[in-house]
Amino acid sequence: MELKEKLLSSFMAFEERIDVHSELHDVRTAAIKNFEDKGFPTKKDEAWKYTSLNAILKNDFTVFPKEENAVEFNHVKKYFLHEIDTYKVVFIDGVFSSHLSSTTHEGIDVCLMSSALTKPKYKMIIDTYFNQIASKDESLTSLNTAFANEGAYINIPKSKVADKPIEIMYFSTGNEVALMVQPRNLVIVGENSHVQIIERHQSLNENPVLTNSVTEIFAQKRAIVDYYKIQNDTLEANLIDNTYVSQQKESHVSVHTFSFGGNLTRNNLNFYHFGERLTSTLNGITIIGEKQHVDHYTLVKHSAPNCESFQDYKGIYADRSTGVFNGKVYVEKDAQKTNAFQKSNNILLSDKATINAKPQLEIFADDVKCSHGCTVGQLDETAMFYMQQRGIPKKEAKALLMYAFSNAVIENIKIPELKKRITTIIANKLGVKLGFDL
Amino acid sequence: MLSIKNLHASIGDKEILKGINLEVKAGEIHAIMGPNGAGKSTLASIIAGNENYEVTEGEISLDGEDLSELAPEERAHKGVFLSFQYPVEIPGVSVTNFMRTAINETRKANGLEEMPAKDMLKVIREKSELLEIDRKFLSRSLNEGFSGGEKKRNEIFQMAMLEPKLAILDETDSGLDIDALRIVANGVNKLKSDKNAIVVITHYQRLLDYIVPDFVHVLYNGKIVKSGGKELAHELEEKGYDWIKQEQEA
Repeated sequence: MELKEKLLSSFMAFEERIDVHSELHDVRTAAIKNFEDKGFPTKKDEAWKYTSLNAILKNDFTVFPKEENAVEFNHVKKYFLHEIDTYKVVFIDGVFSSHLSSTTHEGIDVCLMSSALTKPKYKMIIDTYFNQIASKDESLTSLNTAFANEGAYINIPKSKVADKPIEIMYFSTGNEVALMVQPRNLVIVGENSHVQIIERHQSLNENPVLTNSVTEIFAQKRAIVDYYKIQNDTLEANLIDNTYVSQQKESHVSVHTFSFGGNLTRNNLNFYHFGERLTSTLNGITIIGEKQHVDHYTLVKHSAPNCESFQDYKGIYADRSTGVFNGKVYVEKDAQKTNAFQKSNNILLSDKATINAKPQLEIFADDVKCSHGCTVGQLDETAMFYMQQRGIPKKEAKALLMYAFSNAVIENIKIPELKKRITTIIANKLGVKLGFDL
Repeated sequence: MLSIKNLHASIGDKEILKGINLEVKAGEIHAIMGPNGAGKSTLASIIAGNENYEVTEGEISLDGEDLSELAPEERAHKGVFLSFQYPVEIPGVSVTNFMRTAINETRKANGLEEMPAKDMLKVIREKSELLEIDRKFLSRSLNEGFSGGEKKRNEIFQMAMLEPKLAILDETDSGLDIDALRIVANGVNKLKSDKNAIVVITHYQRLLDYIVPDFVHVLYNGKIVKSGGKELAHELEEKGYDWIKQEQEA
């Protein structure tokens, strides 16, 4: 059976299994209908011109794993930011693992989507926020909405600083031959509040995985949200990440996407503005090789005056890897005094690697500052010669240069241990030991 | 130490060096002067192993060992150092970390253990004092946002750290004010011994007042057309390069 058919026939069984109130039922029904109409996107869709899901969809994915799988903390410790204390919301094959998690309800809520969706005390919040900013039109988001049941639920009330970073971790054990998971996260950050979140999807063996994830982030007035996505998965793992950010006035939201692994990764990152003087930051580092594919598809919709957005994406592509950067900045008529900057710098390390960079600016206001710049190049030969001249061998010199190239984005990581972790991943990825921590 | 025989080199179809002969012995300082476009920087680059140039004829050897097949880092490991006219910026890599990598890679290539961190810090302190470099400077990203003078001083600091056998200083005086020039020249003079050698490439005689050469060579149109003692530099300063050009074309 084709995956689409399989999903459609699973839907009814799925809804029967879980306890949902009627409003949610309506949302799901509308969503599955949209998915049924549109199906999986193909290269004929303008937004998917450079990314094909065909090969992946041929796998016979299990949509509901048969049994609960356990994972020992020691086996997966390395994937966590274990040097510091964090809240943890951990899922194994899509099922919550209380054993690996460290949730809280003290002052802030860091817990489960499944509780939030079913317990009466969360009903008002769910009605206000759930599926409010996520697209009702985009088919993969709809597919996720139809099956939305589990994921992280984070609610930071007014004037609270989350006392430690929150790690959202999705492990897949590979106990199924092929697994499809659809996590759904909801993050609400109240007025004047601050939170740091790290999200990671990690396969623990080589069986194929397809993750279709949706995250909705709501930043209220003057809220500060720093969101880090670590994508360093196995070569059989595929990730479609759909993130929707809603910002109120004077809020600061930054999303940092580190794409180092996986077979196919698609990041749909959308920012919507609902107030003045707010800032959106979209940063990314992509370092891939072999036949890996990473597609960054960003949208920043400026709807209010005096707002700023900054996009800085660095990409390094080796072997036959392919990258896409499609960045759309939309400035509505009322969004005067907008500052919108977009940068996509790329290095191709082989003749067979490709990058498709497509910046799109649509500006309907007349008093704005917008710029975009895309570059594609090779490593600077003079810089290579300089470092080799000082006795640093080619491989190490190359690694240092790539690190230097990504540095502007690395410098923006606000959690020191995470910064160290990212630089270690980069050094490992480049296969060098430099005698110091990058 | 350094022996260059009948060196011809080109970039693309353009021949830049047209038969250079040069012998530099341990303990000596040689100055190579000449007008713009004579091939001075090319010569420096080729000795250091820049692969953009093709050596079409002749040979370069260091202590009797042929360098021509060696990569730039292998030449560095054997003690060749080139102070760049335009040092490269490496954001995110501090001067200290860069030096640590350079020194340990060189030690590794020569069969030595890594230098313990404590010793490294001690050497860094000594050498930075020698060049009057502020400690804070060492934790900055290599050459990023450095002034022209700071970049050049940093080059000589690296030379001091690496203790090369043969140091080639390519236009080290350009971009230096008189105080920085004195500091850099002092540093170079203190690093000078009877075991190493220095080749100073410069357009002007100014630097040679501080780093006094044993021999001066004039490079013109890809060839060394005149060699002499330090007084040749003064003569050039007085008469200008037109004198050489006229002589050559006569």
